[in-house]
Amino acid sequence: MPGGYAGKFLEVDLTSRNVRDIKFSDEVLRQYLGGRGLATKVLWDRLGARWEEVDPLGPENILLMFTGPLTGYAPGARLCVSGKSPQSNGIVGSTIAGEFPVELKCAGYDGIIFTGKAENPVYLSVFDSDVEIKDASHIWGKDAKETLKVLVKEGREALAKSRPRRGVWKEPAAVYIGPAGERLVRVAAVVGKWAHAAGYGGYGAVMGSKNLKAVIAKGTGPLPEAADMEKAVEAAEAISRINLRYTHLRHWGTGYLGYDVGARLSAEPVKNWQEEWHDEKSYSADKFEPFWAKRFWGDFGCPVTCLKLAVIRSGPFKGAITDNPDYENQAYLGTNLGVFTAEGNIYLTALIDDLGLCGIQCGNVLGFAAELYEKGILTREDLGGIDLKWGDVEAFASLVRMIVERREIGDVLAEGTYRAALKISEMKSVDALKYAVVAKGIGIGAHGIRSGEDYPHHETYVCSVQGGDHTSPAYIPLDDDLSELTVALYDSGVVCWFNFFEEGTKDHIWGLIKAVTGWEITPEEWYGTSARRIIHTQRVALLLGGPDIRWDPKTHDDIPSKWYKPLKAGPYAGKAVDRKIIEEAKREYYEAIGWDENGVPKSEELRRLGLEEVDKKAEALRG
Amino acid sequence: MWHEGKIWPEASRVRVFMLVPGVEVPHLCVQCHDYPCVKACPSEALSISPETEAVIVDREKCTACGLCIEACPGDVPYIHPAEKYAVICDLCGGDPQCVKACSEGGWDALKLLKKSENYTYKVYAKTPEEITREVAVQLYGEVGEEVV
Ligand code: SF4
Ligand code: SF4
Ligand code: SF4
Repeated sequence: MPGGYAGKFLEVDLTSRNVRDIKFSDEVLRQYLGGRGLATKVLWDRLGARWEEVDPLGPENILLMFTGPLTGYAPGARLCVSGKSPQSNGIVGSTIAGEFPVELKCAGYDGIIFTGKAENPVYLSVFDSDVEIKDASHIWGKDAKETLKVLVKEGREALAKSRPRRGVWKEPAAVYIGPAGERLVRVAAVVGKWAHAAGYGGYGAVMGSKNLKAVIAKGTGPLPEAADMEKAVEAAEAISRINLRYTHLRHWGTGYLGYDVGARLSAEPVKNWQEEWHDEKSYSADKFEPFWAKRFWGDFGCPVTCLKLAVIRSGPFKGAITDNPDYENQAYLGTNLGVFTAEGNIYLTALIDDLGLCGIQCGNVLGFAAELYEKGILTREDLGGIDLKWGDVEAFASLVRMIVERREIGDVLAEGTYRAALKISEMKSVDALKYAVVAKGIGIGAHGIRSGEDYPHHETYVCSVQGGDHTSPAYIPLDDDLSELTVALYDSGVVCWFNFFEEGTKDHIWGLIKAVTGWEITPEEWYGTSARRIIHTQRVALLLGGPDIRWDPKTHDDIPSKWYKPLKAGPYAGKAVDRKIIEEAKREYYEAIGWDENGVPKSEELRRLGLEEVDKKAEALRG
Repeated sequence: MWHEGKIWPEASRVRVFMLVPGVEVPHLCVQCHDYPCVKACPSEALSISPETEAVIVDREKCTACGLCIEACPGDVPYIHPAEKYAVICDLCGGDPQCVKACSEGGWDALKLLKKSENYTYKVYAKTPEEITREVAVQLYGEVGEEVV
């Protein structure tokens, strides 16, 4: 068996409460590694034939939580969560950092496949090979802090009972959902450690639809052995050493960008992307720093420690705790709502953490609602009496609660920006879509393209198989460090991208793969075949879509219409995106990656990669 | 890990507890001056290293009875996850690997010092729950009480 793998996966049928071990062949593992790659393979094999009919929030969807061979070996461990996405109706590989994937591997499992739907709220407990589906009715409805507290307590009690006199038990690791996921809010995340989230894709809602509140894991074994331990440690240390030389993320996390991306790059969402520039000194990193109770907070084996623990100890927002907030939350729950104070941003971020929402998707829909209010499309009455003015932290907090409770307009907004826009267009006989900043049903990450100064390219959100996901950018050249094909490697590894940002780190990943698994996977193999299998399958699934929404590349391989309008202020005022350039970038990308002029993966390309079944379904898309 | 030659969190002589997010608590033997664990062992499995003064576990003699855990004011020892003996930090024979890793990682949270006769190290032997509570209150203020 290849190194780095525990060698088996858990399959849990929540309907029948049946639990069994399953295996994948070495060949499949070599082709897809784990995480996003393997998830794509499993989803396609099981649901591909009737993809369009599968309701992402129905019991027929499957939910995957996969590690990869590098998880625990590479610095910075992550878990990949996937399934048919209730946001894009395609496949999203959504990752969350933390100790959970390491515990799972030490327990002897490379991942978990959930099928069906539990009759009542449950959580899964994995203690080495003892796997139990447990009642979760007492934590259903509870927020992150209460949920985790109960899970840690119950987990440790169960451990102490099963192995008495062993000494004090370290806590099991956990991933869970908040009330948002329980209520099938499509902008709900799978959450861990209070402030960590797998947000993109909306898998919190998928967990909710399965009545699955949480998963806890404790593994008492060692991490599955590497093929060559010495070399694996060498490669991991080489990556760590490079990361240690770069102190930016370590010192500030991504939290210095809340000011920077706006002021310097003009690429930050301001008031639902009406602007991308601001020069609010009240929002610079040093204004957040005084709230940090802890500067270095890292996940398993991580030298980067991008997390900073923010705590508000006095004033109206007293008691709010979150990490950083990181840049995406600073932008989407800050500047995008006209909020330019550290306290306000920390408070809103802590709130969405507690309720189990994705900061990006939730901030996207909040900004969207606020612009509709500003334009008079949504009235105060529509908003249940809330005067949703830019910068009003309490007003936005109230709307967040309405969304989670699915009260009044909250029920519409809980569907995410794209679906809400369709509904509001109908309700109000307007074109609300022109205020929506989304790609394929997924709110776009907080990095704009109008100024041309930030990293995304013209093709980035137009062609990404994960829609607006800024951590999966379509990019030319295809083997660029920022390309979706590169990220698919990290998401299949499964490792934290932040450990591979600095120059030179990525060069070590091939050696690390070889040392851990024993496989010599070359960049040529990855970019020429493996990554393409993943991306093409994701693309076909995305275009098949359904059952409620489908994407036509002619219409939907595009940027939000707003971005064709010029920036209004700042050093890049007047800059807009040229439609011709988007069309060109799109064509060039299709060509480079092997899609036809309609954006459908070509038959010969799919067959070259052995994806005959995908090709059969793609035929219908070629029309 | 130096002792095991593997990555094995549950067999580490320095276990890092995270009973509450953000409150990571490294837990290990502090070398009490009166070594209650050694006294409590009915099998003569524990001794004190003449060179480092660390507690040495004789794996052959240890019966995994757990009495040393009860005797330790910090509940520090625990039974190895795969074998039947107590795990206690032995200072890696005088060259602690955790200190090296910490300084290579640029954290410098650990530093090797000579043991002083003037300190009562035993006061640092606390349970993970006790330390978590103290740190959580320091970090989170009143909320710290609620989340523990
Ligand atoms: S870089 Fe940040 S998110 Fe990634 S593993 Fe390290 S601390 Fe966690
Ligand atoms: S567990 Fe081992 S070392 Fe501890 S008291 Fe029992 S025999 Fe002695
Ligand atoms: S801390 Fe515990 S294990 Fe260490 S010497 Fe004291 S009693 Fe023994």
